[in-house]
Amino acid sequence: MIPRTARTVLALATVTALASACSLSGGGSGGDTGQTPTVTLVTHDSFAAPQDVLDAFQRQSGIKLKILKSGDAGELTNKLVLTKANPIGDVAYGVDNTFASRALGEGVFRPFTSPEADRGPQRYSVDPQHRLSAVDVGDVCVNIDTGYFASHHLPEPTSYEDLADPKYKDLTVAESAATASPGLAFLLGTIAKFGEQGWPGYWSKLKANGVKIDSGWEEAYSKDFSGSSGKGPRPIVVSYASSPAAELGPDGKPRTKALLDTCFRQIEYAGVLAGGKQVPQAEKVVDFLLSQQFQATVAANMYVYPAREGVSLPSGWATAAPLPQNPATLPADQIQAGREKWIGAWRSLMGA
Amino acid sequence: MALAHGSVTHARTAGLALLGLLPVAFLVVFFAWPVVAILGRGFSSGGVDTVLADAQTWQLAVFTLVSAAASTVVAVVAGLPVAYVLARVKLPGVGLVRTLVLVPFVLPTVVVGLAFRALWPDGGVLPLVLANAFFNVAVVARTVAGLWGHLDPRATEAARALGASPWRAFRTVTLPALVPALASAAAVVFLFCATSFGVVLILGGGRYRTLETEIYLRTVDLLDLSGAAALSLIQFAAVLAALAVGALARRRRDNAAKLKQTTPRRPRGSEWWPVGAAAVVVVLLMTPIVELFVESLSTPDGWSLAGYRALNTTGQNGALQISGWLAAKNSLAAATDATLLAMTVGVVASVVLVALRRSPGRLARGMGETMDAALMLPLGVSAVTVGFGYLVTLDALPGDLRTSPLLVPFAQALVIIPLVVRMILPVLRAVDLRLRQAAATLGASPGRVWREIDLPLAARSLVAAAGFGFVVALGEFGATSFLARPDAPTLPVAVATLISRPGELNNQMAYAACALLMVVTVVGVLLIDRFGSVRGHTSVGEF
Amino acid sequence: MALAVRDLTVHYGSFAAVRDARLDIADGEVLALLGPSGSGKSTLLRAITGLEPVTAGTVSWDGADLADVPVHRRGFGLVFQDGQLFPHRDVAANIAFGLRMHGVPKVRQTARITELLSLVGLVGYEHRRVTQLSGGQAQRVALARALAPEPRLLLLDEPLSGLDAGLREQLAIDLADLLRRSKITALLVTHDQEEAFTLADRVAVLDAGEIRQEGAVRSVWRFPADDGVAKFLGVTTFVSGVAAGGVVRTDLGVVELPDVADGPVRLGLRPHALRVAESGVPGEVTAAMHRREHLRLVVALTGSTVDAVAPVAADLRAGDQVRLALDPDGIALVG
Repeated sequence: MIPRTARTVLALATVTALASACSLSGGGSGGDTGQTPTVTLVTHDSFAAPQDVLDAFQRQSGIKLKILKSGDAGELTNKLVLTKANPIGDVAYGVDNTFASRALGEGVFRPFTSPEADRGPQRYSVDPQHRLSAVDVGDVCVNIDTGYFASHHLPEPTSYEDLADPKYKDLTVAESAATASPGLAFLLGTIAKFGEQGWPGYWSKLKANGVKIDSGWEEAYSKDFSGSSGKGPRPIVVSYASSPAAELGPDGKPRTKALLDTCFRQIEYAGVLAGGKQVPQAEKVVDFLLSQQFQATVAANMYVYPAREGVSLPSGWATAAPLPQNPATLPADQIQAGREKWIGAWRSLMGA
Repeated sequence: MALAHGSVTHARTAGLALLGLLPVAFLVVFFAWPVVAILGRGFSSGGVDTVLADAQTWQLAVFTLVSAAASTVVAVVAGLPVAYVLARVKLPGVGLVRTLVLVPFVLPTVVVGLAFRALWPDGGVLPLVLANAFFNVAVVARTVAGLWGHLDPRATEAARALGASPWRAFRTVTLPALVPALASAAAVVFLFCATSFGVVLILGGGRYRTLETEIYLRTVDLLDLSGAAALSLIQFAAVLAALAVGALARRRRDNAAKLKQTTPRRPRGSEWWPVGAAAVVVVLLMTPIVELFVESLSTPDGWSLAGYRALNTTGQNGALQISGWLAAKNSLAAATDATLLAMTVGVVASVVLVALRRSPGRLARGMGETMDAALMLPLGVSAVTVGFGYLVTLDALPGDLRTSPLLVPFAQALVIIPLVVRMILPVLRAVDLRLRQAAATLGASPGRVWREIDLPLAARSLVAAAGFGFVVALGEFGATSFLARPDAPTLPVAVATLISRPGELNNQMAYAACALLMVVTVVGVLLIDRFGSVRGHTSVGEF
Repeated sequence: MALAVRDLTVHYGSFAAVRDARLDIADGEVLALLGPSGSGKSTLLRAITGLEPVTAGTVSWDGADLADVPVHRRGFGLVFQDGQLFPHRDVAANIAFGLRMHGVPKVRQTARITELLSLVGLVGYEHRRVTQLSGGQAQRVALARALAPEPRLLLLDEPLSGLDAGLREQLAIDLADLLRRSKITALLVTHDQEEAFTLADRVAVLDAGEIRQEGAVRSVWRFPADDGVAKFLGVTTFVSGVAAGGVVRTDLGVVELPDVADGPVRLGLRPHALRVAESGVPGEVTAAMHRREHLRLVVALTGSTVDAVAPVAADLRAGDQVRLALDPDGIALVG
């Protein structure tokens, strides 16, 4: 009897130990360490920042930052809306101007005016109560493979209208407005440009001119676009104003170029979550995101432009990825009101 | 006195019910509750009926079912010759094939989608059907081989002696005997295909949508929970139908004739035809895989190991928060945890299911059938539905699991448990009752009988189930990407992150990480298969 | 009485497989449950073992009710028709199983295995795989396995019917010898009367779920309780007669049965109760079959057809005229 029981206990203990050892190794840095308060920053999948900058913030503020990536801007917003009663974090960063109205309308964020806000972010304010502070600015623009046009002796396109020009038939690839955020931004850009009445006509022409619609940026940019590593067949793609900065040739010069007259501006915001439990600490995190220290990293790490003024950009950006001067934009509440309707109309128009 | 006897039976039923609580509790907490909660939100906001009345919804449903059925047919047709080779043929390399066919299973859908895009740049229905089949050939091959290796070859020999051609003998004798395994595998493949997401998104190019992609879109991008709930209802119905077909097939299996282990041998004469067909299938399966290796090594400036060297780093401009190697370690750890968890829950569930089915009470048997079906449901519900369900429910548990890294192995286990149960259950059910009774009369308590008789007899299936579960966990993307924290991504999540960033090196590193994932898989499966072949005697397995 | 079964009823749904069974087995006694297939004898055995839920009635051992004692605590050994050896263990491990379950130390296990293997005549078979054993060997191992933990009752469920004829006889003799020598209390279930008579001290005849008769082997053989039991025990022909002074007169002739009381009697005739003779009732052979020890005949008499035997040497075939005489050896007194 005794040996049998002992053996059972031993077996159980081994299994438990194994399981917990594995869980620990898989768990990584879970849980609180010591007295340092941990503040959870809920952000989008594209979030990236140098570890030393994050470490410096922790040293200066005494706040440990836990980063929780939660999908793209839309998914992030929707998760925040779903969990607003008991949020999954204290502060959020990554809700953009296309989704800001939904987040504000649902009461996801609480008012907070960062002392850093008047250094530039204020320019992009969406809300008189200051519930959201702009952190960065990114533009979705048409990118072209300059080498293709040079070798085919074609003039480079420059405008929306050019994309519908038969000269450029079957050369453009774009993303679905329903499934990809650059796709939606591009659609919004055309709505801003051609108006609520005019955009379907423009898209009909694009369709007739052989535009290809992919469901994600990955396929469009890395497989169908000729200017990226995928060496696809199409030299025109909907991507970001900053993308050319990642496609430098061996000579240090960009192989691609953004068409600055085809840009739609996406502004990404940060805010303190209304249901969060550590409001003062969360406010410090917003201050940090707007600080010179963090703002200096966003260009190199996330391919976006800092919202703060006077922050220097990485070398090469001046030529490869200049900030568009006159990007199209739409008021956040107009986007909120029209988004689903436009996407629906766009899907039936494009059969996508 | 009859009462006294009754109380023994009741006590045993009560014990069973208590043991059965473990899998039931797991399913309720990590599946039913979150799913019901999120669907409930959809229903309460109204509008479900308008979506159900919309003709587009039904077009979507029809396309989903038809394309999944087509993929299933392709997977079955491609899987059969491979199953034959695995079960009956003794040639050098068969062992390797057994392992290699599993590799597609772990590949991140985004990578496979892009690989198929290289061949069909415009996407479309054909590559979509083929890609979904590509993932699942292993399910058919391994499941059917399990039964095929146990079919008595004398039936075929008798048919041949009576003048049947080899093809005719196969069609009239072997194929009908394989139907239970075929139908069971087909049901699982159908579920996988009908709920496939990444591949449909990439190869459907937005033109071809399925219930799954539409549920994702409505939940994640549009927050149209009522629309998603309506579509989930339809998906649910389709899943239940597939499960019913699978259950019918399994019932037939129970009545199947006595099985007999056959030894594989070198093929002769016309037996080379299926071997040739299997070789073609394996070559086709390997094509996208070889392409991935090529991609991981090629740069515009020629061949390079830069992608592999980059695995030591966090990618160009810190695309990842940790290095590729650490992501591999995370993958292994999460998959190990998930497998242990799924084996515990799955074995307990199987034991309870078998015991309930054997018990004399009609109520207990009914409970068994219900639990059997319920265990399969996680395969048929969107990862996104479960993931969003977690967000609105799991904060009620102590420790707010919503954002805990512990949730990753739990979610993966949810996907594996149905597979584990499908593989273990038939073997446990096949254990001769009288063997167990002999053990009982020799003094073995009911628990001891399971440990001394059933589990050792099912050892090989247990190992096979663990191996397959491990592989599925390694490759699991849908739920994992939803739950994995950026400081602890698994390899598939890291691959998807890398590929979504511009930059030559990130792209290469993504493919190198894919190659690493495949190597990890092959090594893991080889180890597990070796361990499995050393012990145990029974190896009938199905899904 | 060691085992006492009282009013035992087992239902499968609404069908009563065993009805109000009553049995006793004394210490060291071997009881055979004899009955045609489907008579409920295996069900009764399984109910005694504790493998079949009982609808009503009791099973007790030395007066203690076993209702709440689960199978593994009853201390009853069971041998199945087809052995049911554990395929994942070798011969020694199969035999050791019950010893391990009872916590017997390893050293004593080895000694006991050797002892049992010699008892069943399989010395040196310890490390054989059970899949490599012949049917007879497997059955011997199954017996050794059941005997290893020294069960207080050994239950044998058709232990020999899976074997071929020659082997069956040899094993029956060995088994009978073993049971007697080791004074094992046993319950044997069989449909084979010869097996039952070889092995058992007493028999109980079961038909359609009911015990029709129970008693010492000889007495049941000689005095079946009714036509049903008689038929099962090999009686093919019934004939009425009148006994007077140890002599019974019937339509088929006269026979001396010294222990029969005077008055009307019903005789049950087994085939060898009618032998071909110089004188007796006349008839015509309609079929003849060669058996090992005799020639088996079907003979048409005036008004009836009967079974009879002749010496193997007799050259008889269909159509031959014979005379039949009664032989007391094959006659049972029915009722």
